[in-house]
Amino acid sequence: MEVKRVIMTGNEAIALGAYEAGVSVGCAYPGTPSTEILENLSRYEGVNCNWSANEKTALEEGIGASMEGARVLVAMKHVGVNVAADPLLTLSYTGVGGGLVLISADDPGMHSSQNEQDNRHYARFAKIPLLEPSDSEEARDYVGAALNLSEKFDTPVMLRSTTRISHSRSTLIPGERQEHEVTGFTKNPAKYVMLPGFARLRHPIVEDRLVALEEEAENSPLNRIEPGSKKMGVLCSGVAYNYAREALPDATFLKLGFSHPLPKKLVRKFASMVDEIIVVEELDPFFEEQLLAMHLDVPVRGKELFGLLGELGAEIIREKVLDQKIEPIEVRENIPGRPPVMCPGCSHRGVFHTLKKLKLNVMGDIGCYTLGALPPLTSIDSCVCMGASIGMALGMARANPQSAENTVAVIGDSTFLHSGITPLLDAVYNEAPITVMILDNSTTAMTGHQEHPGTGSTLKGDPSSAVNLEGLCASLGVKRVQAIDAFDLKELRSTIKGELEAKEPSVVIVRRPCVFLLTEFDAPYWVDEDLCTACEACIKLGCPALSMKGETAKINSTICTACGLCEQLCRFDAIRPAAEKEGVK
Amino acid sequence: MAKQKKDILIAGVGGQGTILTGRIIASLAISEGLDVKTAETHGMAQRGGSVITHVRIGEKVYSPLIPQGDGDVLLSFEKLEALRWLPFLSPLGTVIVNTQELDPLPVLTGETEYSSEILEEIESKVGRLIAADALSIDPVTKNARMVNTFLLGILATTMEFEKEKWLKVMEQEIKAKLVDINKQAFEAGWQFANK
Repeated sequence: MEVKRVIMTGNEAIALGAYEAGVSVGCAYPGTPSTEILENLSRYEGVNCNWSANEKTALEEGIGASMEGARVLVAMKHVGVNVAADPLLTLSYTGVGGGLVLISADDPGMHSSQNEQDNRHYARFAKIPLLEPSDSEEARDYVGAALNLSEKFDTPVMLRSTTRISHSRSTLIPGERQEHEVTGFTKNPAKYVMLPGFARLRHPIVEDRLVALEEEAENSPLNRIEPGSKKMGVLCSGVAYNYAREALPDATFLKLGFSHPLPKKLVRKFASMVDEIIVVEELDPFFEEQLLAMHLDVPVRGKELFGLLGELGAEIIREKVLDQKIEPIEVRENIPGRPPVMCPGCSHRGVFHTLKKLKLNVMGDIGCYTLGALPPLTSIDSCVCMGASIGMALGMARANPQSAENTVAVIGDSTFLHSGITPLLDAVYNEAPITVMILDNSTTAMTGHQEHPGTGSTLKGDPSSAVNLEGLCASLGVKRVQAIDAFDLKELRSTIKGELEAKEPSVVIVRRPCVFLLTEFDAPYWVDEDLCTACEACIKLGCPALSMKGETAKINSTICTACGLCEQLCRFDAIRPAAEKEGVK
Repeated sequence: MAKQKKDILIAGVGGQGTILTGRIIASLAISEGLDVKTAETHGMAQRGGSVITHVRIGEKVYSPLIPQGDGDVLLSFEKLEALRWLPFLSPLGTVIVNTQELDPLPVLTGETEYSSEILEEIESKVGRLIAADALSIDPVTKNARMVNTFLLGILATTMEFEKEKWLKVMEQEIKAKLVDINKQAFEAGWQFANK
């Protein structure tokens, strides 16, 4: 048989690794840079994959599947692990049935995230093993290694990717699937029922396991010394290995693939081979602090060179370690930025235009609509984490009851179902007169249009029951629930004003499908230049199809989707639907 | 062929298809027995933001990211983006740019202006500039989505793979019904560069 190398992203490779290792259940909530892991895994035969409402439910579903004896993959972005931390830290005590690997896809540099937390700390916090692949081939291989470790040591295993692993491509040779039998659940209360009496008995097992895991890491093929010059030793993991290998080809390397618990004997052996150790790691001094605590005989440097922020790269390492700086081509400074924008025809645009006009305080949330914080809409005043908008609006009302008269919470449909239901329940329970706007575009848009419990379709595209948002909110006890059209500016304005005055919690569901879900549009609008006064009212929508170059507003007919928002804003009837073009001079 | 390193940056605006172009180059390089790594932009920037794909080819490639000042070729789907990503290119490098102007939002709203004399600045700072108004050239005039493969045809003339091999890999990577027009676009790019 011909052995063929193929190229794939880290996320595709993680899915392949899970398939090859006999994983039969995969659960996740979408989040960049992790999303494509489950999308790819779901395409393999013999693997049951589902989107979960959030990362906590995903991990809990994974725990159940593992208890039933299946091999399981659960995937999430770094901040998703915060949501799943509750089950994770006790899962460490119960251990697993079938092997369970938790993929944490971190985002150093915050390409698409609200923070750049270093999730290696979670492995230490939960006292579980941590694997860090440095390219796609290792990503594939380490999933299998993680599942073997999980079963051998009765522990969940964290596999940490980063954006430059998940969204980079490199080569590997695909292998065959090894089937793993789903053996069925065996009752074992002392292991699975974490009452204090049982948990006290499990904790020493966790501590002993950590000692045994450290011994395993000492001898693991995932950790290796690559001999080189005695002058400089480089300790690293993940993608930083590749940056450092390129920048420092002559150094001796300790490459950690199985990086927690730290194999201290191996580190000491490495230290004995070199004059100094440079720890090359992104974000926190995770290894460096452990090395310093070991009081090695050689100096250890890391964060004093590289700092704590963002991504590394070969050029940064060359500059900081070797003092070799390439002077890049200098270009002019005033290049116009190109920030991401809401698409032409986006259902969120009219909402934020209205909120800005009404000069409200807007508690925001996570999704495409967070772009409502950028000019010219500039109308979101806070964005912290998934679901936070509603709780923050409630907290404001607790601190100052008047605040509810000029504050709204805005949250997308997928985000609401992820973690907006419970704070809305708090608002009902505590009779806080807050106004919540659920921006329902019938998809999880920002991460690439995944299904969710409200869309009526599963990850695999099979029909499914769709939650009714009006009914859901009403069942929580919200008496004022209504749904309005996202493209009707008048109705948006009057509804929001009315609900702000209400003395009880209210929910306004603003509805229109994401423009990406549509394939057909009405013919584009056009500007009657004789009537346009260049007042720029339409430009304030921040629509990429509208521009103000020259004497009048202009509509780019190739990208206009005829949403009609600009027409509603034009007081001079200068913006016209295509149907009226005939006969107009 | 010589197993030389080649670092290619593909710049554009979210949604323009830089990722697909990178994939075609990578597939060809692998089939020629070379090592390849790429790095892509996903997530928020895909909403019309500035995006970059790194493609690195060589005997052994470590980092998926091209270090600043190291790029051999900058292939830009849009003029302003070529200027923005220029610091990643070596001063001896080649810029291939589609001269189309896509106004970013701050320009559309009149907050600032689209930069002028971009090509002049690029030409004065790099080894070679190939600028093409791709949308005015057949068959891109018929299907604007062919900008990708037109530019790829230009890029191919700066690399060491035979034309036939490019066409073969396009057959594998592109949907069957679009293969013919893509091949025409590639050919047009190839001819443009050799003019």
